[in-house]
Amino acid sequence: MVVYDKYEAVIGLEVHAQLQTNSKLFCGDSIAFGALPNTQVSAITLGHPGTLPKTNKKAVEYAIKLGLACHCDIEKDNYFARKNYFYPDLPKGYQISQHTTPICKGGFVTIKTNGIQRNIQLNRIHIEEDAGKSIHDIYDDLSCIDLNRAGTALVEIVTEPDLYNSEEAYQYITELRRLLRWLHICDGNMEEGSLRCDANISVRIKGEKKLGTKVEVKNLNSIRNVKKAIDFEIKRMIEVLEANGTITQQTRSFDASNDTTFAIRDKEEANDYRYFPDPDLAPFHLSNEYIHQIKNALPALPQERMQQYQLQLGLSEYDAAQLCDEIATAEYFESVIAYSKHYKAIANWMFGPIKQQLNELNSSFEKISLLPKTLADLIEIVEEGKVNFSIASSRLLPILLKENIHPLTLAEKLNLIQVSNNSELEKWVDEVIAKMPDKVLEYKKGKKGLIGLFVGEVKKLSKGKADPQKVTVMLEEKLNKV
Amino acid sequence: MEVNDIMIENLAHLARLQFTDLGKNEFKTDLQRMITFVEQLKEVDTTNVKPLLHLSDTVNVLREDVLVESISQELALKNAPKKDNNFFLVPKVIKK
Repeated sequence: MVVYDKYEAVIGLEVHAQLQTNSKLFCGDSIAFGALPNTQVSAITLGHPGTLPKTNKKAVEYAIKLGLACHCDIEKDNYFARKNYFYPDLPKGYQISQHTTPICKGGFVTIKTNGIQRNIQLNRIHIEEDAGKSIHDIYDDLSCIDLNRAGTALVEIVTEPDLYNSEEAYQYITELRRLLRWLHICDGNMEEGSLRCDANISVRIKGEKKLGTKVEVKNLNSIRNVKKAIDFEIKRMIEVLEANGTITQQTRSFDASNDTTFAIRDKEEANDYRYFPDPDLAPFHLSNEYIHQIKNALPALPQERMQQYQLQLGLSEYDAAQLCDEIATAEYFESVIAYSKHYKAIANWMFGPIKQQLNELNSSFEKISLLPKTLADLIEIVEEGKVNFSIASSRLLPILLKENIHPLTLAEKLNLIQVSNNSELEKWVDEVIAKMPDKVLEYKKGKKGLIGLFVGEVKKLSKGKADPQKVTVMLEEKLNKV
Repeated sequence: MEVNDIMIENLAHLARLQFTDLGKNEFKTDLQRMITFVEQLKEVDTTNVKPLLHLSDTVNVLREDVLVESISQELALKNAPKKDNNFFLVPKVIKK
């Protein structure tokens, strides 16, 4: 509609990602999901007085990894700050975060929408601790607090107000999630809450420089819901403005049951968090050598690899994107190309029969036991015409996924080697022609499409061993002669 | 800086404290004296001095990412004013 086109939306996203460390950010409690309530806690987690938190080295390393992958500047002199507020699932009455000195500054994440690439500018990435969980539905008049999650290491990734529609937001989170998983620093599971997103949304008349009043939407537990919530909010705010209303600065929540948002609180006064440096935690300083060491150990990033696969290996953008969706598939692919130059065939095998059979086995490329060399050999015997593709994928692959045998040996053992020997093929071809005189007649009258039927019959007769290409040629010759 | 009633009320709210009128006046006087005392620092010229974020010289006190056994659930809940078998219990914090 025309009125909507008058406006432009401006969106900023705040993403919290739980780091896949073993222990918490400042103490040795486990962060494993699903334990009994209040069993992964210590005096530090509970915020008892007199305790001394100590920073987890791994969490710092992970934050730097992400920062380098997002082209950020890494802060060398880091301090933790206390963010003061009262909430029952925050045991100390403050959250330990970074304020003045976020570990990563600036940077960007590259996304592609409608074929156009753009860098979404980041403001910062900082390290902080998670809060506990409140459960409201057990008692009528009381809330239950589980502090197992309290103190889990998070990174918060904050964009500039640099996204302009819901599709960009969708692509941004998808790309960020792929990076987090690629680097093995977060499992990216939005349903379980290890990846959480808040969206700041405002609208303004196109051409206006000043940002409109923003609304923050929380409780977005899937990438699809982030998109839906943004679409709903943009429409709602434009309608308010069109009706000469004013937008109130609010925090809203997404209701997944009807794809709408509702206000949870008005920001009557700006929160006063009274940040100050945490005196209990020693600052940490990062040396150039340490940062370089992490940089050198980073795996090649997905967008870089996608480009290589297209430019150097001649794969399509679609194949390259599929291979780089997860690091496990890219790494498996690369281990196979060490043995085979049939790049396109490897991709087809991986995302055709192998993926399908792994799914049936409840397995994945991360856990696959098919050796890269074995897959290369299998592809080789298919390319050489020793076994045809459908036999190789339906009869050989299921066995090879479980046992390590040479594909050729297995094919011989099962008597599946394709027959290209003329005299044997001729026997089958003649038999089929003799069996179907009416079809032969039809063919001769011009119904050339019947060739497929004859080839199929030969295939059946040979139990799939007949080389279909040779059979086709032979059939055509004979039929035209009869 | 002038310490006024609004400031005292705001601070009391942030700290979840409640004062009587008498108490509020005492706090106002005390806080005014403290702030005036500290404001003497403003007389020092701090151009070109980096802000001090931490007092200690100790840096990089980091730990390896290893698990340490947690305390028992019973012990964790021991000092809670209100609890059940699994949880700390608090007044309901959201309105349905």
